[in-house]
Amino acid sequence: MKILVGVKRVVDHNVKVRVKADGSAVDLDNLKMAINPFDEIAVEAAVRLKEAGIASEVVVVSIGPEKAQDTLRQALAMGADRAILVPYAGLSEPLAVAKTLKALVAKEAAQLVMLGKQAIDDDCNQTGQMLAALLDWPQGTFASELKVADGQVEVVREIDGGLETIALALPAVVSVDLRLNEPRFASLPSIMKAKKKPLEQVTAEELGVDLSPRLELLSAVEPPVRQAGGVLVATAAELVAKLKTEAAVL
Amino acid sequence: MSQTARESMEFDVVIVGAGPAGLSAACKLMQQAEAAGQELSVCVVEKGSEVGAHILSGAILETRALDELFPDWAERGAPLNTPVTQDQILLLHNQQRALKLPNWMVPKTLHNEGNYIISLGNLCRWLAEQAEALGVEIFPGFAASEVLYREDGSVKGIATGDMGVGRNGEANDSYMPGMELHTKYTLFAEGCRGHLGKELYQRFALDRDADCQHYGLGIKELWDIEPSKHSPGLVLHGTGWPLSDGTSGGFFLYHGDNNQVVAGLIVDLNYSNPHLSPFDEFQRLKHHPALAQYLEGGKRVAYGARAIAKGGFNALPKMTFPGGLLIGCNAGTLNFAKIKGTHTAMKSGLLAAEAVFEALRQGDSGGNELLAYSERFKASWLYEELHSSRNFGPALHKFGQVLGGAFNFIDQNLFGGKLPIRLRDNVPDHAQMKQAALCPRIVYPKPDGVLSFDKLSSVFLSNTNHVEDQPCHLQLLDPDVPMQHNLPRFHEPAQRYCPAGVYEVIQEEAGKRLQINAQNCLHCKTCDIKDPAQNIRWIAPEGGGGPSYPNM
Ligand SMILES: Cc1cc2nc3c(=O)[nH]c(=O)nc-3n(C[C@H](O)[C@H](O)[C@H](O)COP(=O)(O)OP(=O)(O)OC[C@H]3O[C@@H](n4cnc5c(N)ncnc54)[C@H](O)[C@@H]3O)c2cc1C
Ligand code: SF4
Repeated sequence: MKILVGVKRVVDHNVKVRVKADGSAVDLDNLKMAINPFDEIAVEAAVRLKEAGIASEVVVVSIGPEKAQDTLRQALAMGADRAILVPYAGLSEPLAVAKTLKALVAKEAAQLVMLGKQAIDDDCNQTGQMLAALLDWPQGTFASELKVADGQVEVVREIDGGLETIALALPAVVSVDLRLNEPRFASLPSIMKAKKKPLEQVTAEELGVDLSPRLELLSAVEPPVRQAGGVLVATAAELVAKLKTEAAVL
Repeated sequence: MSQTARESMEFDVVIVGAGPAGLSAACKLMQQAEAAGQELSVCVVEKGSEVGAHILSGAILETRALDELFPDWAERGAPLNTPVTQDQILLLHNQQRALKLPNWMVPKTLHNEGNYIISLGNLCRWLAEQAEALGVEIFPGFAASEVLYREDGSVKGIATGDMGVGRNGEANDSYMPGMELHTKYTLFAEGCRGHLGKELYQRFALDRDADCQHYGLGIKELWDIEPSKHSPGLVLHGTGWPLSDGTSGGFFLYHGDNNQVVAGLIVDLNYSNPHLSPFDEFQRLKHHPALAQYLEGGKRVAYGARAIAKGGFNALPKMTFPGGLLIGCNAGTLNFAKIKGTHTAMKSGLLAAEAVFEALRQGDSGGNELLAYSERFKASWLYEELHSSRNFGPALHKFGQVLGGAFNFIDQNLFGGKLPIRLRDNVPDHAQMKQAALCPRIVYPKPDGVLSFDKLSSVFLSNTNHVEDQPCHLQLLDPDVPMQHNLPRFHEPAQRYCPAGVYEVIQEEAGKRLQINAQNCLHCKTCDIKDPAQNIRWIAPEGGGGPSYPNM
């Protein structure tokens, strides 16, 4: 069984971002970028399936800038076998990514696609679902446990107020949640080896996919600054008055 | 723990630290190997999560060493975008007034024609790309945590730290033992107060014949300012208010590219009043009209801090020992008269690379003491430059800002630093602290949240982060010293000199105790330097931890 894993290059989760002065977008100049943490979990899960002898090959894919090669190399250092970069300098949108992945699934004859449940930059949480729909494959989203056996994937999903266990027939799409595993550290020898693993570039045109944006970013604003400290009120009446006049919630 | 489980790898040369010194050495080694048609394996380990993540500097770059390494740096796209257009030097009298020094009175070393305002972090990122293209293996996210020795006592390489070890010292699920990197020669390029460097100084008595090292703490912020106030290439240096009472230091404000300015204050760590807080001095400094005129209406986007080694020529240690070399600020190559350490760090890296390659080419199998490095150093412009500035720092320490400044003016401008005098300054910074009860308390104004800020919101902008569940990387040699010695005598100064609020004295029912918020640490090394009891030992935390500076 061949597994295709999508990885996105996003701003590092430790880095605080800010909005550009003209409000046109988030300013990413000079900031540290990293592999999307949920995708890293997906890579780890795929590599574990390979180590367990269940998967035959793990192919990682990124749709992104040239620099996303670093992200792919990181996944290769964790144990993926091969990488594919579909170069795209703009902001990649879930539908375009899902279409690209669909084309690659066909090209690679993959039977399982694993993705992070969302990317921490745009928090869309759509790609996996769209891909399953385009492929008309079953989907298991928010996986916090995963078992693959006898042509079936058993996924434990985190849902509001509990866990749900579902079984999917392969081929399938799985998006993973935080608790699925703790990704390994890549060792120095594996980082060196990763530099020699194949990394192929395939253009969107070759795949017959149009990546141009369908969404227009109107403006970006920073969340309001939270005021420090609360206000101590003496009586209930004062509280009501304040809620009416100052907070204007009553 | 688990020393037995460590694997090892071999390289011809291992370099600790991807700063300007280490990366220049790496590039130079490869260039020579390429020219000689020789195979060479060079690796660089860097504790930051990426190259540049832990780099904080001014910075004004003098290109001399870069010109030597990559004469075509412009074509290669080196990030030198803003030539210096104007130098101003200000003496701040008080919180309102400032005196602008006429140009002829400025010591020659502080003129910056021909230099560039850069982000040293970005220069290092670019240098790393050049190095990788030349075939260097760079491993960010891996700290060198241990020096390895051969049986004959020579340095055999380093070991990277274990990953995935819990606070209690036990292995977690993700545990990965460190790796031994064995090599013919190890170049230590950890920058100011390197923690492996510290061990090497002791083991090989490297500083036996040198004056003691002196340090400053540099605190820096990056601001987006209003385009109308931005004048690219303008360089402002100054001294005076708010520092007083024998505390020396200086501030800088540089107008870089993209409507950004950097502002910072370097406080000399030989200060004696334990109530002093370098962080708060910098915060109030920004309210002076000389700085506020640019910052007002702008937005602070990054914050950080780093110590500098400013002892210069007189404090230079022996830089060679069997199997290894010290380069850059790990040896203390900064020229304090210019407040520049980048070109000198780079040059020392180039000289070391020449000495190492020369030896390897002749079939050296490693582990020797490469005295050729010291010889090359003595014959270089670097030696000449540091030698002629040797009295600059001691003059300020000895005679104070005004008289010392006058001495420096005469020495540097009239005699080109060649006055046949050697001023010395041999009291270590940590021994300068006076008892708290004997020193005036300093009341700092509350931050206004516009120009000045508190420590926590500042640390937030350094993007610093350490995995919480790991052994504390700030070790107390004696856990009782902070409360029994430092608190009564010095009101535990760590609470104030640490620019990240790592050290807090907490009142509990059982009494007071020192809390160490190690996850906030900026790796500036000040606590290791300034603790009056020399009781704090900074060691490298799990690789990748620490700040994530942008273009700092
Ligand atoms: C506020 C400030 C302003 C300055 N302004 C200027 C200026 O305008 N012009 C100028 O020329 N110079 C300036 N300097 C000085 C200059 O930044 C330094 O001299 C220069 O950075 C020294 O280079 P280095 O390579 O020796 O060390 P560093 O730049 O300190 O680099 C050391 C690198 O090694 C890494 N490292 C350390 N220990 C380990 C370990 N054990 N394992 C793995 N990695 C490790 C660090 O993370 C870092 O990346 C300034 C410094 C400061 C603090
Ligand atoms: S703990 Fe020490 S090294 Fe870390 S930020 Fe504070 S003073 Fe600097």
